[in-house]
Amino acid sequence: MISIDIEKKLKAYQGNQVLKITAQFDKGSITKIYGPSGAGKSTFLKIIAGLVEPEHGKISVDDAVWLDTKSKISLSPQKRKVGFAFQNYALFPNMTVQQHLEYVSDDTQWINQLLSIGKLETFTSHKPEYLSGGQQQRLAILRAMAIKPKLMLMDEPFSALDPKMKSELIPGLKTLWDEFGTTVLIVSHNPQELEGLTAREMEINPL
Amino acid sequence: MDLTPIWLTLKLAAITTMILLIIGLPLAYWLSKGRSIIKIILEAIITMPLVLPPSVLGFYLLMAFSPKHGIGGWLHNTFDIQLVFSFQGLILASVIYSMPFMIGPIKSALQQLPLSLSQASYTLGKSERETFIKILLPNIRASVLTAAILTFAHTLGEFGVVLMIGGNIPGVTRVASIAVYDSVENMDYASANAYSLILFCVTFIMVISVFVFNKYKAKSPLE
Repeated sequence: MISIDIEKKLKAYQGNQVLKITAQFDKGSITKIYGPSGAGKSTFLKIIAGLVEPEHGKISVDDAVWLDTKSKISLSPQKRKVGFAFQNYALFPNMTVQQHLEYVSDDTQWINQLLSIGKLETFTSHKPEYLSGGQQQRLAILRAMAIKPKLMLMDEPFSALDPKMKSELIPGLKTLWDEFGTTVLIVSHNPQELEGLTAREMEINPL
Repeated sequence: MDLTPIWLTLKLAAITTMILLIIGLPLAYWLSKGRSIIKIILEAIITMPLVLPPSVLGFYLLMAFSPKHGIGGWLHNTFDIQLVFSFQGLILASVIYSMPFMIGPIKSALQQLPLSLSQASYTLGKSERETFIKILLPNIRASVLTAAILTFAHTLGEFGVVLMIGGNIPGVTRVASIAVYDSVENMDYASANAYSLILFCVTFIMVISVFVFNKYKAKSPLE
């Protein structure tokens, strides 16, 4: 169980607004997060991952406290170790597809399994600049999955994938999430983006 | 023609570049992360040699390293180290004088990298140090190379600071730029021409190298 109660000021075009979220996510659940642009969806994911600090709040995962601003507890992103698929992919320009996964894991069998799920077996020696947008996006997801995360945060993860590729990728990911008991939060603009996944929905609207 | 000033210059430039690479990489990384009053002041101090007349910088360094007072006096009395009119003094002065040429390009390159690169590495459980070595550094390789070449070339051309702090001691502090000046003063235009031509050629190759290496600079996949 993941419990979140956070508050963070956001700078917006209309002036300052407040991102205030109280939510609980069951272990192994999948939640689709939606809301208007600039509502703070990406910021919300980054707060959970420990990449952005909220002004106030508490995040606990099972019995562990990740963040408690009152007690001045804030685990580093390295200790939280969530799988994070960035909206801009954040791939490492100096690394090939294979090296991206080897940076995370030295288990060859596991790396090959990931490559197979993402249909990237024939691109292992390619650097990101030589991959298509869809291939880059799949690599970003696979890299995040390589740490076998208990919590997976995905920011517009399937936006560059065609329907066929998406329908082939999602079942593979779903199998892994079920295997690891991964809780998944997916930020998405597109209502059709999560077809094939049974997901709870959560709307974010800033105050 | 005595080639010692040329070798001395190349030795000074190589040592200065090595020291500045060791100091410059972590310092530029620290400066590239966020802003604070301390960072602004430190960055201004590092940048000063770019705008300050070299003789002014040399004068202050001469005063600071003088064995009669201040830091120089303490070094002399405690460790028997004399920095004025010595090769070690030249190295220290060169490190200070050429620091902006090393720090500037590296800091700028680090700031241009998307923040999400290091963030992605942190979420994968990698430390800040490992992220810097394995992710950030390889992606600013061209800028580091440019900074090193510029630092080396700039050190070759030092005159004012070197003259003030090192004087003109043959085999010790008489670098090529001083040798050119000294040869002209002695009406030995042939030697002055030879030293100048060597310096011109070496620095020209250095500058050409910067342009060549910049052609292959690493790019973000989003560019």
